[in-house]
Amino acid sequence: MIRRGVNKRIHGILFSHVSPEEVRRMSAVKIITADTYDDDGFPIEMGLMDPHMGVIEPGLRCKTCGSKVDECPGHFGHIDLAMPVIHVGFVKDIKRLLQSTCRDCGKVLLTSSQIEEEEDLRHMLEHLGGDLTEFEKLMKKTAKDAVKYTVCPHCNAEQLKITLDKPTTFREEGHKLTPKEVRERLEKIPDDNLMPLGLNPEVSRPEWMILTALPVPPVTVRPSITLDSGDRSEDDLTHKLVDVLRINQRLRENRDSGAPQLIVEDLWELLQYHITTYFDNQTSGIPPARHRSGRPLKTLVQRLKGKEGRFRSNLSGKRVNFSARTVISPDPMLSINEVGIPWHAARELTIPIKVTNFNLEIIKELVLRGPEPVDEFEGYMPGVNYVIREDGRRIKVTDTNSEVVAENVDVGQLIERQMTDGDIVLFNRQPSLHRMSMMAHRIRVMEGKTFRFQLCVCPPYNADFDGDEMNLHVLQSPEAIAEGRILMLVQENILSPRFGGPVIGGIHDYISGSFFLTHKNPLFTKAEASIIMSRVGQVDWPDPVEVDGEEFWSGKDLFSISIPDGLNLTYKSSICQNCDSCKKKDCDIDAYVKIRDGKLLYGTMDEKALGAFKGKILDKTARTMGSDEARKFLEMSTKMAVSAIMIHGFSTSIDDEDIPMDARMQILESLDQATKKVRGYVDAYNDGTLEAMPGRSLAETLEVEAMRVLGKARDDAGKIASKYLGLENSAVVMARSGARGSMLNLSQMAGCIGQQAVRGGRLSRGYQDRTLPHFQKGDLGAAAKGFVKNCYKTGLAPTEYFFHSMGGREGLVDTAVRTSRSGYMQRRLINALEDLKVTHDGSVRNTAGTIIQFKFGEDGVDPSRGIDGKAADIDDIIFQVLGDEDSKKED
Amino acid sequence: MARKDTVNALIRRGVSAKVSEAIANAGFKIGDLRKTPFDLITRYISKEDAEDLLSKIGAKKISMPDVKAAPKKVKESKKKEAAKPKVRRTDLKIPSKIPPLSDGEKKIAERLAKKDYAFPRSIITDLAGYQAKLNMSMKNLDLVIDMVKEQYDLHRIDANESIGIVSAQSIGEPGTQMTMRTFHYAGVAEISVTMGLPRLIEIVDARRIPSTPMMTIYLIGEKRTDGDHAKKIASSIEETQMLDVAAVDTDIDNMRVVVRPDKKKLKAKEITLDSMILALKKERKLKAIIEKEGSNLVIKTEVPSFRKLQQVYEIVKDSMIKGIDGIKKAVIRKQDDEYVIFTEGTNLAKMLDNEHVDPTRTKTNSINETYLVLGIEAARNAVIHEAKSTLDEQGLAVDIRHIMLVADMMTNDGDVKAIGRHGISGRKSSVLARAAFEITSAHLLKAGITGEVDSLDGVAENIIVGQPVTVGTGAVNLVYSPDIVKKKKRD
Repeated sequence: MIRRGVNKRIHGILFSHVSPEEVRRMSAVKIITADTYDDDGFPIEMGLMDPHMGVIEPGLRCKTCGSKVDECPGHFGHIDLAMPVIHVGFVKDIKRLLQSTCRDCGKVLLTSSQIEEEEDLRHMLEHLGGDLTEFEKLMKKTAKDAVKYTVCPHCNAEQLKITLDKPTTFREEGHKLTPKEVRERLEKIPDDNLMPLGLNPEVSRPEWMILTALPVPPVTVRPSITLDSGDRSEDDLTHKLVDVLRINQRLRENRDSGAPQLIVEDLWELLQYHITTYFDNQTSGIPPARHRSGRPLKTLVQRLKGKEGRFRSNLSGKRVNFSARTVISPDPMLSINEVGIPWHAARELTIPIKVTNFNLEIIKELVLRGPEPVDEFEGYMPGVNYVIREDGRRIKVTDTNSEVVAENVDVGQLIERQMTDGDIVLFNRQPSLHRMSMMAHRIRVMEGKTFRFQLCVCPPYNADFDGDEMNLHVLQSPEAIAEGRILMLVQENILSPRFGGPVIGGIHDYISGSFFLTHKNPLFTKAEASIIMSRVGQVDWPDPVEVDGEEFWSGKDLFSISIPDGLNLTYKSSICQNCDSCKKKDCDIDAYVKIRDGKLLYGTMDEKALGAFKGKILDKTARTMGSDEARKFLEMSTKMAVSAIMIHGFSTSIDDEDIPMDARMQILESLDQATKKVRGYVDAYNDGTLEAMPGRSLAETLEVEAMRVLGKARDDAGKIASKYLGLENSAVVMARSGARGSMLNLSQMAGCIGQQAVRGGRLSRGYQDRTLPHFQKGDLGAAAKGFVKNCYKTGLAPTEYFFHSMGGREGLVDTAVRTSRSGYMQRRLINALEDLKVTHDGSVRNTAGTIIQFKFGEDGVDPSRGIDGKAADIDDIIFQVLGDEDSKKED
Repeated sequence: MARKDTVNALIRRGVSAKVSEAIANAGFKIGDLRKTPFDLITRYISKEDAEDLLSKIGAKKISMPDVKAAPKKVKESKKKEAAKPKVRRTDLKIPSKIPPLSDGEKKIAERLAKKDYAFPRSIITDLAGYQAKLNMSMKNLDLVIDMVKEQYDLHRIDANESIGIVSAQSIGEPGTQMTMRTFHYAGVAEISVTMGLPRLIEIVDARRIPSTPMMTIYLIGEKRTDGDHAKKIASSIEETQMLDVAAVDTDIDNMRVVVRPDKKKLKAKEITLDSMILALKKERKLKAIIEKEGSNLVIKTEVPSFRKLQQVYEIVKDSMIKGIDGIKKAVIRKQDDEYVIFTEGTNLAKMLDNEHVDPTRTKTNSINETYLVLGIEAARNAVIHEAKSTLDEQGLAVDIRHIMLVADMMTNDGDVKAIGRHGISGRKSSVLARAAFEITSAHLLKAGITGEVDSLDGVAENIIVGQPVTVGTGAVNLVYSPDIVKKKKRD
């Protein structure tokens, strides 16, 4: 039987402390020699590579369990230590135990009433569901109380002060305590005194913190690798264990032969060092153990810890099969739900399909095709890569054996079918900052070697095509496929749970395209309209408009095809200039948008209609009519927009920023005045006649004033320039419609770049009392402190260019710092909140069942379903009830 | 050990152990008992016991009104001393958490009650607003309400939604789009406030003191529209040190310290010589004779000693002669019709104590201070408000519900906890989840000696062991029991 899916669940994991007896009991072999392999390359018995500890070489069998590589999980060995050694990880606990127990009778240094009190508190904490930190606090308090006693309340023995010499030496009033002595003391502590000290006697004894036997991890944990040259290279852990064994051996010999105490102690300390670094090679206070090459060894703690450690790298995230990664490229003709994948990937990636009575014939045919079938037009056809028999044997389908294999396919077997159009896959781009970074797509097998997708899906992935790569995962089980299709499909994620608006939507040319299609309602000839209509497939044509006996189609009528029937919407588009009094439908620039029953009556379609993040039509369609309608609207409108922009023709170049000579003069004039004004402030500052602003020094006041004047100068220059940049200008169309760029960009190109800033102020660093040697020392004027008078078009002066790159550099540094800082913040947020979920009663709870919120967000509304953060769209409801006229508010 | 001492002391005086324990647990000390009203004592022990107790310690019965303040709880007083105002204002009431329904809202609420619909307050308010503007007929209003109900139910969040992760992503994701170094000038050029990503990090870190503490003080009463009034208050709270208004010199020849005030500055700050002397007398460490000498102040040490003189000089130089602790700067700005004071530095407790200040609107950007002065609910609102305004200021739209969840998580068990290893993440019950977050080895070792059990309830743990997680679609199970199905078919 082939078993898939989870049929058992781990209920819990108990952590406990291993005793030396248990170390010996679980050990498959006692390690005594520090040698690993003999001259013939065979592992030495009772050496560190003893085959009792598991196998790493293919073909060999484990001497303990008799299994082969990958079947044998490995077995622990052990080293008997000649002298006891302290476990670094428990040093702090040992210190606490020593300090708070009697050196004579081993009991906690507290009166019985104090112990009772502690117990009461502990039970109360348990009863109230106290968390870890609270128990820790109680324990620390108990320890603190106990340390205060200088005489044992039980046996009246005098207590001496115990200090810890980091990392592992304990002293009692200067006298050094050997680990042996420490162990003897810890042994005295009675079981029922352990709870107040933070130990659970059921799983731990304090003397186990002093090691007398060291477990040796299985060889599978520390495999040696054979280099090309034939040399063996051992794992860091093996190296460390060799050190431990060597010193252990020498220590035993010296001790047994009655060597001087000094030598034994030195060796003992050395053994302590090696075992300490074997556990944690970053213990503070001791030099890290190094490899021959000088690289610090990666020992146990280092293996677990941090980003590349076992936990974060191998347990919380795992490498997977059935995945692919390649460069991405755009394809505007795909549906937003689709992803184009290369032939090569489609052949390699498979979906397991169970053979049943219902699909037996189809599967036989599939297998018969072989591994690389093509149809009569040399197009892609899915084949089968493997047939998995009921006994688990995998049979690779090849051109030569396909007939035989197909013959033998039977119910109950499993085949691994190649990808075919319509299969559901997950598509992902890092960094995966939100759930829309991984969405389900239907695949389309295509020529070429890249993944392709519709451009509206760029914003959620934050993807562009300058070399970005993306990952693809093939869903393997029917449950996963169903979840992918229902919850993760692109169209189901149009609305973002972050703010309830669309994250998927038109960008760049889609927006300028729809602008040209609808702005001031252009007329298209039959030929042009045909091109546009041909893109959207089979739909009814709108009625033509007759001008001078000729038939034309208006842009708004054409665009209306894409708007779903029944949609009503009124808003101001992105090109709106926010006039004082709105002329509504008589708007000069056609910015007042009114849609009734899916017909665009007035207004221009731009970023606010179908753009990602801002598209209102998209937003309302997705919310009220469902994701399917929203997808259709997006696909249709973007396709029409692309044909419209192709008919119109669209390009931009540096002469889009041409402005007449007198405008240039005007800008120069105004900049001159601003510079003079700054000069005036500087003079006033130098004369001491400048009035300081309240709470500011004179120098600060000057800076603030200069920044203000120069900032205004830049804006004025931009204003003058934009007077000559109207909506007939391509660059302006892009900026105003929201396709790309901003008016600020344009004014910097045509007007003036403006003040460069570092750390929010004018540039000041560089040479002594000046930014560059080209200025007078102490010059505080505009040009000397980083004001760039020129625009990109006229070109920057050499000093200006330098200043500009100073500002630019700050931006780069800022981005680099920001990504790491915000990444860490997000990791912490996720970690803190990951366990919260909405329960069936609408409350938000954590895993312990603690109520975090009685109702999510105080009203229980899903943020991706709400309207601008509100629970219901009352505006729209009233419109529906009262109709167009009555529901009008004064706005 | 104060409690123990009290118990022992009482027992020594012949009070029974039970009574002494009860008294000590209530936080009384022997000294307190002499000053405590009888009624308060009888809250903790019986009347007879109390009378007995008082006679044994030789104290008189005191009736309630004799004492102004109840005994402070020993623990709290230490921590919150700074926060507790010394003089309590009498004009303060605890504002109701939910404002009462207006007439329009009441009408809507009545209709809803009739239909047995429960709407959030925000919808009721909105509906009332529309109704006031449009004056719909009852029939239409009912229709509207029904449709709102339908939509509201549709917009409910699904059970088992892994809302924590969604909220965390919704706040974390825009972080990458935020600017790093932004100093926003809270409408006032003189005061700069950290905004942007550093501020957001500061909020979720629950830092004790924000990097730029700041207060917004609203005034109360008619006079709040009066600029001079506001200016007066602003200048009265601004921390002013001696050096800000005067030159301080040591006159070694005569063994004295001379303070030469700048008259202009004195006038601007409305400080007189007398008020200066008063302030100096309040300096605890200063033991000296202060005298006026024309327009100057002369301070002599009690005993002539150069060392003492130097000490006096240091104290006088830095002595605070006016204002409130921590208020570095105060600026007034006109907002709408009234004047608002913005301050650099905060001291909410003392400001709320000022009778010209509107305690219901005045706020600080320090979440910890809000918590200490106004309590955990206020701290929660402060987290929401600060985080939301930080995000809004950057033009990033984030649904307020996500921020609420983070704030509720941070303030869930009564104090403000940070998002991170010292706060929420360090308190998770799961060993594996903690180990996977930070300080891996310490958590594992600790789990070993305490015998912790990881019951695999959370997300991270289940991913580690390779099981479906407990949120979202992983939270539901379908159980197919073939035996039962067969039996049913047979029946």
